[in-house]
Amino acid sequence: MTSFANRTFTSAEIIGFLVLAALIFVVLPLGLDTFRLNLFGKYLTYAFVALGLVLCWGAGGILSLGQGVFFGLGGYCMAMFLKLEASSPENTAIQSTPGIPDFMDWNQVTALPWWWEPFHSFAFTIFAVIAVPTALAFIIGIAMFRRRVGGVYFAIITQAIAAILTILIIGQQGYTGGVNGITDLRTLHGWDIRTDDAKVILYFVNAVLLFGCLVAAQFVRRSKLGRLLIAIRDQEDRVRFSGYDVANFKVFVFCLGSAFAAIGGAMFTLQVGFMSPTLVGIVPSIEMVIFCAVGGRYSIFGAVYGALLVNWAKTTFSESFPELWLFAMGALFIGVVLAFPQGLAGLYAEHVEPHLKRLLRRSGDVRPAPGATPAPDAAAE
Amino acid sequence: MMTDRKTPSGLNPPVNRRSVLMGGAALSAALFMPKGLRAQDYPTAQVNTTGLAVTDDTVTVGILHSITGTMAISETGSVQAEKLAIEQINAQGGVLGRKINYIQEDGASDWPTFAEKAKKLLVNDKVASVMGCWTSASRKAVLPVFEQYNGFLYYPTFYEGLEESPNVIYTGQEATQQIIAGIDWVVRERGAETFYLLGSDYIWPRTSNKIARKHIEDKLGLKVVGEEYYPLGHTQFNSVINKIRLRKPDVIYAIVVGGSNVAFYKQLKAAGIDMTQENPLLLTISVTEDEIRGIGGENIEGAYACMKYFQSLENENNKEFVKAFKDMWGEDMVIGDVTQAAYLGPWLWKMAVEKAGSFDVDKVREASPGLEFTKAPEGYVRIHENHHLWSKTRVGRALENGQYDVVYETSELVEPDPFPEGYQ
Repeated sequence: MTSFANRTFTSAEIIGFLVLAALIFVVLPLGLDTFRLNLFGKYLTYAFVALGLVLCWGAGGILSLGQGVFFGLGGYCMAMFLKLEASSPENTAIQSTPGIPDFMDWNQVTALPWWWEPFHSFAFTIFAVIAVPTALAFIIGIAMFRRRVGGVYFAIITQAIAAILTILIIGQQGYTGGVNGITDLRTLHGWDIRTDDAKVILYFVNAVLLFGCLVAAQFVRRSKLGRLLIAIRDQEDRVRFSGYDVANFKVFVFCLGSAFAAIGGAMFTLQVGFMSPTLVGIVPSIEMVIFCAVGGRYSIFGAVYGALLVNWAKTTFSESFPELWLFAMGALFIGVVLAFPQGLAGLYAEHVEPHLKRLLRRSGDVRPAPGATPAPDAAAE
Repeated sequence: MMTDRKTPSGLNPPVNRRSVLMGGAALSAALFMPKGLRAQDYPTAQVNTTGLAVTDDTVTVGILHSITGTMAISETGSVQAEKLAIEQINAQGGVLGRKINYIQEDGASDWPTFAEKAKKLLVNDKVASVMGCWTSASRKAVLPVFEQYNGFLYYPTFYEGLEESPNVIYTGQEATQQIIAGIDWVVRERGAETFYLLGSDYIWPRTSNKIARKHIEDKLGLKVVGEEYYPLGHTQFNSVINKIRLRKPDVIYAIVVGGSNVAFYKQLKAAGIDMTQENPLLLTISVTEDEIRGIGGENIEGAYACMKYFQSLENENNKEFVKAFKDMWGEDMVIGDVTQAAYLGPWLWKMAVEKAGSFDVDKVREASPGLEFTKAPEGYVRIHENHHLWSKTRVGRALENGQYDVVYETSELVEPDPFPEGYQ
């Protein structure tokens, strides 16, 4: 165990983990009331997506502008399960067809579609939350990377997929809830997810899952696979000429990123209580890239801090200046990108890390500690 | 104006323009005071037993609309109307002698944001009621929040019905109120026999057309010759316009919303369908004066709209309302159906609170059904047991200047029926 930990983490990273864990598990729950804690729980669901982007974009050089697709699919799978549970014949007695979700009834759908049926099972739902988005990512990945589609073209295609899925969901409103989304979710196996206690428990479940994903991401980055990804990002052809099948590595990391996003989506549904196409489309997908960029796309911790900071700023600005908050957000993005192109993590690496290293070295640890995925040289960009 | 000038200090207490104006305001407030109730007759501990944001001289409500994003253009009118109502109520002495403060939040045209802000208003700010939402999607998003935390929402938009929450007062019309009288009118007055239904593809147009079709086919024994839907934001209506020309319906029944309207009416005109000829006649339930600003009066002249309020309504209440609205927000403002419905929210809440003698949501809910508001710009409304309003339905004919000429109104108030038997 300790040898695994030593291989996977440097001392600086362990400190980073502990600081983040202290913030998420101790400081926030103690310092915030349930309402604000629930909001931070929501912000943290975006951190899953940003974390996946750190792997895909920061390490692998694959910029996906369609991560909302995977976030949304994960969320929709969870929402379907919860909606079926909320649509018991007793709860829906006023409908023309009791026992089916309310939006189906409004759209003259009279029987539950076959592909909704499996979502009566919680085990299947958990499986689908991960499997459906990952399978889609796999198909997209195979189709694109095998044909050596990359860079801007890949980004544009992911964006098109986000747009297509949104139109599909909105158009098939009898089966998906359309623009309204799937709303009024109440219980999980009879456990009311709307109460304050449930919100607190869900916050911690979410935090534990996030740390699980952080460890997984760190493990990938420190493995040979992670080093290959960086090599692919910086000089794809050289890696290919060295005999590696570049496409497979890219497909893998893209699938991993989408699985993270899907977990985030499912946790979003549980904590916020509904899912809607506004979380699937192009705009939220780009926002998620911004979380990652603000935090620093080369750092897994940066992703979490970025998601927290941007969303906290969004809430705070919009509460204080409801008519002007968008300008403040715009200024924040422009400011961060202009002043710290490597995001918060770059700021940390430049100003905090050197001091930290000096301290560590003094205490006897001499191993160099790269706190983040090495950024490419300016020339390589 | 000379009296406004500052007198040399030290001789007299300084009198400046500001204090003169303030004095004037206080004077007029004092004149109004006898109408209002006095706060000291209603001790806070008695009128607020559930921990709402009520003090000895203020009460806080929430305003929750999109003021950024795609819906901002539609929802801004509602925000303005609600602020106007609140200001007027305050000038008359407030609610139970307490001035209304409002906290405004931005739903940002994003449904999860609506849910977040609704929760913030109810849980953090403890507002006594909320005026807000516009789209059905935003209402569906906040509804569980209002029911869980027992908040009270005044929702202004005409909508599809199929809902009756104990925590919402629906100040717009539900679908049957808006649709049936209009179709009856066009059949009776214009002899219409065939209809072509079309709309944007979401719950409101689909439910509305379902009701329209049942009424046309089952109740009137007439014919629907086509029914089609287009995604929100769609701008290519040429194929449907060709089908319309082919099938020659007497009435085009259009429920197109948002920006699509601009393309739809321009393309209709370009295709040579002159609505002033009324062959076919166009009847819509989705174009208010606000939308005409975008479409352009010349592109929609001659079309008919069926709703409960038009800015041009001839009555004293409406004249005062239009004047006050323009005084506050500018001469070039137009007022559509939803804006007027939003204006009713604060007034209906004030009346319910004063009838209940309490700000507690349960008591306000109990006091609401049966309330009559005689000063409504649309004339006179009454709250039904099902939390919707009894209101008249009117048909207006679009004029080139962007206003409607009211050609018909129902003689009686139309009963709201959100779950219409035989129309589902």
